[in-house]
This record gives sequence, structure tokens and C-alpha cells, in this order.
Amino acid sequence: MIESAVDITLLSLIAIHAVAIIRMRSLFAVIMLFGGFSFLSAGLFVAMDAADVAFTEAAVGAGISTILMLATLALTYAHEDVQKEEKQPTHKPWLPLSVVLITGGMLIYGTSDIPAFADPNAPAQKHVAPYYLKKSLPETGVPNVVTAVLASYRGFDTLGEVTVIFTAGIAVLLLIGGRRKSKIPFETRSNKE
Amino acid sequence: MMYAVAIIAILVTISLALVRALMGPTVYDRIAAMNMLGTKTILLIAVFAFLTGRHDLLDIAIVYALINFIGVVAVLKLVEQGNFFTDGAVPVDKKSGANNK
Repeated sequence: MIESAVDITLLSLIAIHAVAIIRMRSLFAVIMLFGGFSFLSAGLFVAMDAADVAFTEAAVGAGISTILMLATLALTYAHEDVQKEEKQPTHKPWLPLSVVLITGGMLIYGTSDIPAFADPNAPAQKHVAPYYLKKSLPETGVPNVVTAVLASYRGFDTLGEVTVIFTAGIAVLLLIGGRRKSKIPFETRSNKE
Repeated sequence: MMYAVAIIAILVTISLALVRALMGPTVYDRIAAMNMLGTKTILLIAVFAFLTGRHDLLDIAIVYALINFIGVVAVLKLVEQGNFFTDGAVPVDKKSGANNK
């Protein structure tokens, strides 16, 4: 009972976040709300027993992407303008709204066909899942099945993914980061007093 | 029962933080609200771990605390100095001096 109460409350808070993100015109506030959105979704994933997905959501959604969006805001706006409001859009929202409503309706219609949450007889649980559940501990010695699949059975695949992410991280750091020489003469805060 | 009451209290607190983040007239109100929302998520996960008896979720809560801290520090650094690459220094001509040659 309390689990479903948690789920419903978290989902409604996420919905409030989404509406606020759409309505708000201050980009800084929108980025802050994105962070809260990610944290609440991560909490929801934990409540649904998907701890590894929640892990990724918290690290990427709440941590890295908030910082990246703020860095983009800082690079594209002057410092004084970061807290400025965006202009109201001039176009009418009817075309995108109808597209979103039709797509959402089709997706909701599609959910009527998928098996229930954590249904043990769902096709996805019947294919290779029993093999991994039975064999992963004796074959790899890793107690968590998801970790066993990612780090042992698909070890080379994960190594390639890590290489790609490492390269992307270096590229992003080269684009936004590094301590640069500024053209304006700088004076440290400590000798201001 | 005790855990259920604690979870409900945490959810109410999250809603209050969300109200502050939505209304918040200044940037710092929103930052404080988001920091608090992250902290409450950590608490929620910890209490939820005890409620459902899955104690391995506590590790996730610790990692969330780290991510929340780093995120808030980055946000504050950006708001204070406008970028990530200067070392806490402020430009000379930004400070009322206007002594640029």
C-alpha cells in the first residue's frame, strides 16, 4: 500500500515538474527543475527496484547534464543575463500540441498490450533470463545478475562503451573546460579586501 | 508503520521544497530548494530500503549524496563567477572601477 502511495506521489511531483518546466521562462530555473526532475525519477526507479537504472539517472541526469546545461548557459549568455527571462514565444502551440497528444495517445494505447509490471510470464522473462538467473553466480561469481551480464558476459562490449564515453568526456572537457587565460586582467578575491 | 509515516513526512517535505523551487523569487531560493529536494530523495531511498528490507539500496543513497553535493557546488560556482574556468577570480573592470585603459 505504502509503495503505491510513494509511486503515485512521486509521479505527480514529476508531472508538476514537467508542467513547470514547460511554462517557466527563466532558463536557469528550468535547469534547476531538470535536476529535481532527474532526482525524483531516480527515486521512482529505486522504488521500482531498478537500482542500476536509478544510479545512471542520478549520475547522468541530475549530476552531469545539469552541469553541462549550466556551462552552456554560461558560455552562450553574458554573466549578467544568466538569470534573465526568455521572451514569450510568438507562434501558437496548436500544431506541436496536437502532435504530442496523438503520439501520447498512441503510446498509452500501446501500453494496453504489454504485460503487467514484474510479470514472471512476460516474454522478456522467458528468453534468456532463466539461464542468467540460474548460471550467472556459478559461472562468474558475481552476486548481482545485471552486473554479471554487463561486466562479465558482455565485458568487451562494456569496455568499448567505456572507451566511447571516455573519448566523449575528453572532447567535452576540451570544449568547455580547462583553466584559460582571460583577456581581462584578473584579481583574486582574497586580495580584494 | 514507523517507516511508512517517515516516508509520508518526507514526501510532504519534497512537495514543500518543490513549491519553493517554483515560486522562488531569487536564484538562491531555487538552488536551496533543489539541494533540499536531493537530500530528501536520499532520505526517501534510505527509508525505503529499510521499509522493503533491501539494504543494498543504502549504497545508492550514499552515491546520491555525493552527486548532489558536486552538483550544488558546480551550480554555486557558476552563479558566483559565471564560468567554470576562472579560479574564483573576478575581472577587475567588472567591479565598479571601469578602469579599462
